Order: sequence, then C-alpha cells, then structure tokens
Amino acid sequence: MNEHDLRGLIEDVRHGKLSRRAFTRTMIGLGLTAPLATQMLAYSGVAVAAEPFAYKPTKAGGGGALKVLWWQAPTLLNPHFAVGTKDQDASRLFYEPLAGWDQDGNLVPVLAAQIPTVENGGLAEDGSSVTWKLKQGVKWHDGQPFTADDCVFNWEYSSDPATAAVTIGSYKDVKVSKVDDHTIRVDFPKPTPFWADAFVGAFGMIIPKHQFEPYKGAKSREAPANVAPVGTGPYLFADFKPGDVVHGKLNPNYHMPNRPYFDTIEMKGGGDAVSAARAVLQTGEYDFAWNMQVEDEILKRLEASGKGSVVILLAGSIEHIQLNNTDPWHEVDGERSSIKTKHPYLSDPAVRNAFNLLVDRASVHKFIYGRTGDDSANFVVAPEKFASKNTSYEFNVDKAIKLLDDAGWKPGADGVREKNGVKLHAVYQTSINAPRQKTQEIVKQACQKAGISIEIKSVTASVFFSSDVANLDTYPHFACDLQMYTTTMQQPDPGQFMRQFLSEELASKANKFQGRNIVRWQNADYDKLWAESDKELNTVKRAAMLIALNDMVIKNVVVIPVVTRPSVVAIAKNLHAPLSGWDTNTYGLQDWYRDA
Amino acid sequence: MSRYLIRRLLIAIPSLLGISVVLFTVLALAPGDPFGELATNPAIPPEVQAALRAKFGMDDPIMMRYLHWLTAMLHGDWGFSFVSRVDVDTLILQRLPTTLAVIGASQVLALLIALPVGVYAATRPYSIFDQVASTFALIGFSLPTFFTGIVLILVFSVSLNWLPFVFRADLAATGLQWWWEEIRQSIMPVAVLGLFQGATWTRFVRSAVLDVIRLDYVTTARSKGLPERGVVLKHIVRNALIPVVTLIALQMPIVFGGAIVTEQIFRIPGIGSLLISAIQANDTPVIMAVTFVFACLVILFNLIADLLYGWLDPRISYR
Amino acid sequence: MAGSTLASPTADARTAIAVERARARQVTPWSDAWRRFRRHRLAVASGVVLLAMIFAVAFGPLIWRVQINDIDFSAQLQPPSWAHPLGTDDLGQDLLARMLYGGRISLAVGLAAMSVSVCVGTIVGAIAGMARGGVDAGLVWLTDLFLSLPQLPVLLLLIYLFRDTLKIYVGPELGIFLLIVVGIAAFRWMTVARLVRAQFFALREKEFVEAARALGASRFRLVVRHILPNALGPVIVAGTIDVAAAIIAESTLSFLGLGFPPDIPTWGRLLFDAKDTIDVAPHWALIAGGAIFLAVLAINFIGDGLRDALDPRRVM
Repeated sequence: MNEHDLRGLIEDVRHGKLSRRAFTRTMIGLGLTAPLATQMLAYSGVAVAAEPFAYKPTKAGGGGALKVLWWQAPTLLNPHFAVGTKDQDASRLFYEPLAGWDQDGNLVPVLAAQIPTVENGGLAEDGSSVTWKLKQGVKWHDGQPFTADDCVFNWEYSSDPATAAVTIGSYKDVKVSKVDDHTIRVDFPKPTPFWADAFVGAFGMIIPKHQFEPYKGAKSREAPANVAPVGTGPYLFADFKPGDVVHGKLNPNYHMPNRPYFDTIEMKGGGDAVSAARAVLQTGEYDFAWNMQVEDEILKRLEASGKGSVVILLAGSIEHIQLNNTDPWHEVDGERSSIKTKHPYLSDPAVRNAFNLLVDRASVHKFIYGRTGDDSANFVVAPEKFASKNTSYEFNVDKAIKLLDDAGWKPGADGVREKNGVKLHAVYQTSINAPRQKTQEIVKQACQKAGISIEIKSVTASVFFSSDVANLDTYPHFACDLQMYTTTMQQPDPGQFMRQFLSEELASKANKFQGRNIVRWQNADYDKLWAESDKELNTVKRAAMLIALNDMVIKNVVVIPVVTRPSVVAIAKNLHAPLSGWDTNTYGLQDWYRDA
Repeated sequence: MSRYLIRRLLIAIPSLLGISVVLFTVLALAPGDPFGELATNPAIPPEVQAALRAKFGMDDPIMMRYLHWLTAMLHGDWGFSFVSRVDVDTLILQRLPTTLAVIGASQVLALLIALPVGVYAATRPYSIFDQVASTFALIGFSLPTFFTGIVLILVFSVSLNWLPFVFRADLAATGLQWWWEEIRQSIMPVAVLGLFQGATWTRFVRSAVLDVIRLDYVTTARSKGLPERGVVLKHIVRNALIPVVTLIALQMPIVFGGAIVTEQIFRIPGIGSLLISAIQANDTPVIMAVTFVFACLVILFNLIADLLYGWLDPRISYR
Repeated sequence: MAGSTLASPTADARTAIAVERARARQVTPWSDAWRRFRRHRLAVASGVVLLAMIFAVAFGPLIWRVQINDIDFSAQLQPPSWAHPLGTDDLGQDLLARMLYGGRISLAVGLAAMSVSVCVGTIVGAIAGMARGGVDAGLVWLTDLFLSLPQLPVLLLLIYLFRDTLKIYVGPELGIFLLIVVGIAAFRWMTVARLVRAQFFALREKEFVEAARALGASRFRLVVRHILPNALGPVIVAGTIDVAAAIIAESTLSFLGLGFPPDIPTWGRLLFDAKDTIDVAPHWALIAGGAIFLAVLAINFIGDGLRDALDPRRVM
C-alpha cells in the first residue's frame, strides 16, 4: 500500500465505489486510526460530514434515572488529573471539550461553534496554527459565561509543570491566545499535520477559570472543585464518593436544545467485568456497562437473556507479543536486556519468523476473544484485497519446523532445539488476566510441537504495568524473552504510537526505563522515515509513510500482533447512545435517550 | 488487674509505633508505584510522572517520609490520597457506615449460628444433628466466598430475580421503603460472609464445649440433679468461652477493616474495597491509614480479650 | 466415667471389653492412643480416603496419561464422558488429568502450610502462655504485628525479595513451593497462637498442673506432657480450617504471580476458573470444589480421631 494506492482508494470513495466506513476500516486495518482516515478524505476534498445522531426526544428531562456501571470506579473528577479512562469518562459527565471524535473519526463540535477547516479560515495553510470559534451563550453550571479566557486558562493550567497535569502532552508545546471573547488561536512551534489535539477529545475537556484560577501550579491539589466539578456538561454535579459512585442531575441551562433526556445519572464503580455484564445483560439492573473484558462465550450467553446487547467499537488497541532484541539473561553494567547485548537466539531471523508462524491467532480470536478481539482486522493485516504479502500471517507448525531445521536448530536429547549450545528455551511473560493466560497456553502448545520450550510467567498487573525502576518484573525492564500486553493507541493520531520503535526511545537503565522502545529494536531506516512523517503536511503522503513504518515492524517480526482489542460495552436494549472508540465512552452523553 | 491494665496500655504505645514503622517500611519497599498507569500512556510525557512523584514527596528517603507521616498523624492529619486527591479521613469516613453495617451484621449472624449450633452439637456428639451440622460447617469453609457469592447471585438475582446484586450505599428511598431496600440488598453479602464465618466458629465452639463437657465438675453438676439447660449454660458454656472470646477478639477488627472479596463481588463501598483498590494503585497514604487504624483495633481487642479471660475464669492471674 | 457424654459412636458396650484387654496387656501411651484412634471408625475411614487421594495424585498421572495442557477446541466445557471421565474445561483440556496433577500441589501446599502455621502458632502461643511479663508482651506484639500487616503488599514484597534468590539456591519448583508455604503460613499462625495462649492461661492454674509442679516437674515437661495435650482441641480445629484455607489461598497467590505458573492447574485455581461458567458447566466447579471438600472432610475427621485418641481424660 503506497501513496498511489491510497489515492486510488480515496478516489473510490469520492465516486461512491467504496463506502466511507469501508475506507475507514481499511485504514484501521493498515495501522492507522479512524480520525486520520477522515482527515485524509477531508484533505483530498472528499466531503466529510458527520452523520448526525438521530435524537428523538422533543424536550429535556422526563427520562428518569440513567444508571451506568464502570467496574473500575472513578477516583477523581478533574480531567487534567484523570488517571485512566474511568476518570476521563466520569469527568466527561460534567466537563466538555471544544470537539469530540465520533466512531467514524469525524470531529464533532461540542463547545466549538464549528470545526476549523482551511476553507472556513480556521486552519492555517502552512499548518502552523488553528483558530477555534467558540459557541456563544454557553454557561458554566454556576451561571458564569464560558469564554475564550477559560480556554487560555486551561492551556496555562495544564502546561505549567508544577500542576502536574496528565494533559500536559497536548498543551506544553503549543501557544494559545485569545483573539476575541469567543475566538482562540492555537499556534504550533512547527508545521503540525495533526492539529486536533489541544482542547479535543479525552484530553481536551475544559475547566472553568473562575473556579481554578487560584489553584494553578503547585496548589492544584487543593482546589475544592477537584471533587465537586463545575462544568458546562449536560449534568450538574450532585455527589461523588471516590472509588464508589458519581451522581449527577439534569442541567436545565444546557447549551444544546432538548437535552439531556435523563433527569439523573448514576455512575457506579467497582466489582468485576463479568458481574457488570450480568447487571446489564441478564438482570437489567443497570443500563450501560463499560469495558467488557469478558470472554465472548460468556457475553453471548448473557446476551441470550434479551435484556441488552454488546456493542463493539473499533479502536486502536492491539494485543501483541514482543520479542526481545537484547539478552535478558546476562547483566551488562548492572542491567539486564541492556542495549549493548544481542539476544542469543532471537537475533536469528529464522527463529523470529518461526515464532511468528507458531502464534495461532485464528484460535485465539475464535476461542478466547471472539468478537472482542479480531485477528483479521489486525493493525498490520489489511482486510480483503488490500492485504499485501508482508502484512499477512499464517499459523503453520510444519513450516516453522522446517524453518528451524534449515537454520540449523536441531532437536536435542530432551526434544528442545539447540544450536552451538544455545537452547530454544523462552520465558514468556504477561500480566495476570484470564484471556492472556489462555493465549499463553495456546502459544506454548504450538511451540512445544516445534521443539521450542516455553516457560510461562505471569505478573500481577499492578506490578507489571508499574514503572518501578528497581523491579525486574515490570514490562519496560523486559527481563525475559517474550512478553505480551495491549498497547493502546489512545491518541487519534498514530504518529505518537509509532514512536515506540524509534532508536531514540530505547528503554534503558539510563533513562529509568521511561523510553518507549521496549523491544529495544534499532533500525536507521525506520528512524529516518518516522522523522519525515512527523513533518509531512500532506495527509495522504503521511498516511502512506505511517503504513510503511508499520510494514517494517511486521516484516522484521519486531512484534507479533495477536488480536486487536476493540472497545466493548454492554448496553440495555431500549437505550440509544452514540458511542466512539476514539473518545471517552461518555463523549455523546447529552444524546443518550431511552425508548419510552 | 488495674496495674496489669495500665502496664498493657503503656506497652501499647511503643507497640503501635513499632508496628507503624514496620508497616511503613513494607509499603515503601513493596513493588509498584501509584503513577504506573501514566507510564503506559504514550500521550503523557515522563516528566509528568516525575513531577507528581516530587509533589507527593515520593522521592524522599523512607526515614524522612515516615517522620513526615508520623508528625502529620500526631496532628490528626491522616494524609492525602495520591489517587483521589482528597484527604484520607474523608475517604474512610465515607465508607465506615456501610462497612460497619454489612460486616457487623454478618458477624452477628455468624455468632447466632455458631453458638447454639456448636453447643448443641457438642452436647450430643456424633448424633445425627452433630453430623449434619459438621458436614455443613465443613462445606462452609471448604468453599471460598468468591464462589458462594456467585452461586447466590445466580440463584437469587439471575434465576429468581428476587434480590439486587449491586450494593448501593446511597439509596434514594426514605422511611420503611429505605429499610426494605437496604435489607434486600444486604441479605446476600451478609449471608455469604456470615455463613462462612459461622461455619468456622461452629467448629471451634463445638470443640471448646467438648473439652469442657467431660470435666468432673460438669458430671457433679449433673449428678446434683440440676436441670440440663442450667448445666449447659452456666457450667459448660461459660467455661468453654475462652477460645470463643479469643476468636471474636481476633475477628472484631475485621468489622472495621471490611471483607475484600465479598465487597468486590457485591460492589459494597466498604473499607475493604477501599484498601484493595488503594493497594492496587499503590496509594500509600490510604493503605497506611487503614492498616494503622486496623493495628490499633487489633491491639485494643487483644487487650479486651485478655481482660475477659480473667472475668470468665477468675483463677487466671495477671502478673 | 459415669455421666460423661460419649464422644465417639463406637465407644459403646465394647468399651468394657477394651478396658479388659488393655489390662491384660502392657500398654504404652502411644499404642494406647493408636488403639483409641482405630476405634474411631470415621477417623479410620477418613485416613483411608486421604491416603487414597494422596496415592491417586502421586501415581494417577502415570496411569491416566492424558496431557494436562492438551488443548482441544472441539471439546470445550463437556460434561463427564468416557473420553474425559471428569469432563473438560473451557479450552477442552481433560479435567481428570488436571485434577490429578493439580492435587499434588494443592494437597502438599495445604498440608505443609497447615503444619507450619500450627507448629509456629503452638510454639509462640505456648511460650507466651507460660512466660509472663516481657516475653509474653513481646510475642503478643509480634502476633499483633502480623495480624495488622496487609497481606497483598507483604506477599508482593516476598516475591520481589526472595523469588530469584530462592530459585538460585533451591531450584525453581522447591523455591516457589517454599515461598507459597511461607506466604500462606505467615498470615495464619496468629489464630493458633492466640488460642493456645488463651488455653494456657486457663490451664496453667488448674489443679493437675499445680500437682505436677509440686511433684517437681520441669517447665518443659509441664508444658509438653500436661498442658499442651489439654489445649489441643482448638488447635486441631484450626489445623483443619487451615488446610482448606491454604488450598484456596494458593489459588489467590497465583493471581499475584507468587504461586506456581498459571498453566499449572491447582484445585483452588480450577475452582476460581470455573466460577464464571458455573451456570452452563457445573461439573467443572463441582469437581474442583468437591475435591477440596473431601480433603478437608477427611482431615477434619482424622483430627477428631486424633483428639479423642490423645485426650488423656478419655479412657476407652
């Protein structure tokens, strides 16, 4: 898939030969995101209009109580401090960004009057700035008007390192200035192809200046509004018990007509995913449940009760196996998996390719993840006719055996292959999570057949995903041969995501394992291409580059993608809710309604 | 006795200090860190994490952090949650009523089962009643609460649809309706915990009563022609209570501490679930506060038990 | 023993005969205890059951030669059949093979952790109960400390500090086994210690102890021969409960990464894995739960038998 092919596809969309949805899906299959796909169309002048959600109620209120269940409970309600999606989702009840991403990757205005484009003058031709027009007449929950000052304040608040906001990544490099009371301009330090970051989506929620002004910087934790939000959203804050429940009630002065439908909202937290699914699908105690990390078999059985259904939203998370490029078993300068070493057998491409052949993705998909993890829509495996040679996969034990035989790896006395005294014995670690352990077992069995012995190791999630510099069990240390987890492409732009294979990002003791290149792969061509893509303003060209980057990763078996992990939610039968895998789960909360 | 009491109370202070030092050290050394989740998110630069660590004083040496914690605690400041960014005492107070009600009720239920069943079974050892009671008790503690909880949910919530299985600490109803709802949602968690605890205690009560029931003074009391009821209650049970009191004293701090598994299954916002989520998130101030209060209660109830021994058996001397 | 209540169903009219026989032969206290134990029919039957279980898990995998990790997606969650006498789990793995294999670990962990916690608890409780003042206060402090330690962080710390070291010195399997046993016993000995200490408080003032003391019995003899046997009742109950708790706890430990690797099917883990499918595949949960129950039941009755046999007040 090169730039030319992409242009062809875009032409197909323009002439109606390919639907927009199919195009988006293909781009996701190639490792891009829906928002980027939509941008490509817009850049090429193909009309992009978000399909409006069919909102039926003709007046606000009257819907009774909406009860939603998050099995991880929200712990705080300031979007700038949100740790994880649960807090972002809860903050979104009360706070809103300028615009959000819908499931097709369209920008949908929320607090913005319109989406900036080159045509309406919002976007600078050279990609150096974006000008947002704010909606007029929006009021904070306490009656104060929402203005450009609030936006500028959010930028100041978040970009101040002393505030320690998690949103700092979106704000620290830009400059935000007020044009007039309802217009702001975001200036980028260099031409930026992906401009819709600050003030947009999960990281873009805006807090009121008049509430937070005194609590900027070091005093940020003392703000009373951290736990009692005053926002612009469809629901007014009623009550919050950290780690348990959030209550909201209808905002009578909401800035969108006839919304919201429900009189109150309750977001309950805690418990486990299976019982959350039961509460929605089987007993109907709740209307909506988030992140159904449950085996599909169980979900299907629960759905059979008829009280609700499971909705699968494409998103950019990939469950993948990483193959270590460095030697995890010998310390060099007090560091295992030091970038100065080479892995004893994974440095042999034949072994890498053998592993790639031994991962039975079809079975993992079919018997473990089902609808909740797709092997075919993999971030490197394009669907249908677009699949190219280097982005297809196969499961073939015999071929793997032949590959290893040819490369000189001969079975030893114990049936484990070896060459020059190096045994094909791999320690394969992941976090503790039932589907992951089952995947490990499936991979282990196939490897055993091919003469590779696998030692399964599982680490409790709170340790595995921590950044403890001293603990060897964390994933950035990668002190074993293989490891598996899901990386989340939370950013609507894949550029950030592809950083994780850059040489400058190598994880090592020197940078306290904060580098993102955990597989410790180094490739000068990759680095060069990435640097080019980072300043390419032609969206289509850039997309082709990103796809090429993807292909390099896969061709070299740097990682073995297993399944994509869409965002899976359970929703009551009579509830209508616009949902998106590219924004918070509650991004369209104002439009949620129930059939009377 | 009062000298003993004073001595024990005086010992309690250094004991608590010692325990707090050990707790703090364990928590500081245990793997994991509160901002780990941020590190997995490519959109958040590592500096944010570093800034947060500095802000919450996590890069200071352990000794300094302990002294900070201790001085703050002495001033009545329980600390500040890393994760929720609110004061720890607010978090604990929000959850205390639910914990006390649910766990307390289950402990009462356990006692109501264990005392009569255990005593009755022991007075007729190897009778049909004893065998049945023993079997149920053994099943009771062979099956973990994560399992019984799910079975109850499947039967009473899913199949019969009688009881809700998501516990709500803030019922909207008032008056009688409130009580009705509260009881309906408490039945299953209280039963799961109470039956498990009751099964264990039944075995202990039976064993304790069996130890006493064959002693000579019981035979004497019987041969004096005292009514059986009186013999059992006055002569046997009182003397059999020492192990029972020990066990109850062991269990009482749990009423504050909560029951992690059961709270998780029924989504009860109790202190147990606060503790476990704090541990998973490595929210040290919360863990420290909860375990420290827990340690105080352990020491307090141990002392109460020691004093009760003397009351139950006046021959026990305190020297 | 007129008026005393019988504590054994078998101690009926035959008691008289037994007493006759006992007089006829010279008996040592231990052979006497063994004789009394044998009279406890349930205890003997339980002993046989437990031995059979140990035998089955030790030699079963040699006879039933299905691999524990043979994945067969065409046979998911099947009820018992000829091909799979105990049915299959959600990956189509044979449950009989898994139960037999996992039973080795579960029984070993259960019995070992119980022994450690009962021994440590009894020793600490006995010392605290006999010694007064400083030693008692110190041991009570230790018990309180362990009671207040939060389990999870301590276990994580244990793994972090010792797993790799133990692997090097005693090998991976024994190392993990030792860690698990210590990890479980560390949080369970306190109950026994408290119970023993309380029993000692009451017993040390009793007439027979006074008498023994007056006769010049040493402290050690006083404890071992006179007080401890009378304090065993609650210890045995605690021991049985500890076996069940240890088997379950082992499964929770493997969720922390402290236990055996996740592909090793211990009973506790099988029960945990079975819980979400209990409505469609009850056999899975029943088999795992049933095995734990049977082991606990057997150990409990053996405990009852032991207690009757060792109780010096009982003459059969």
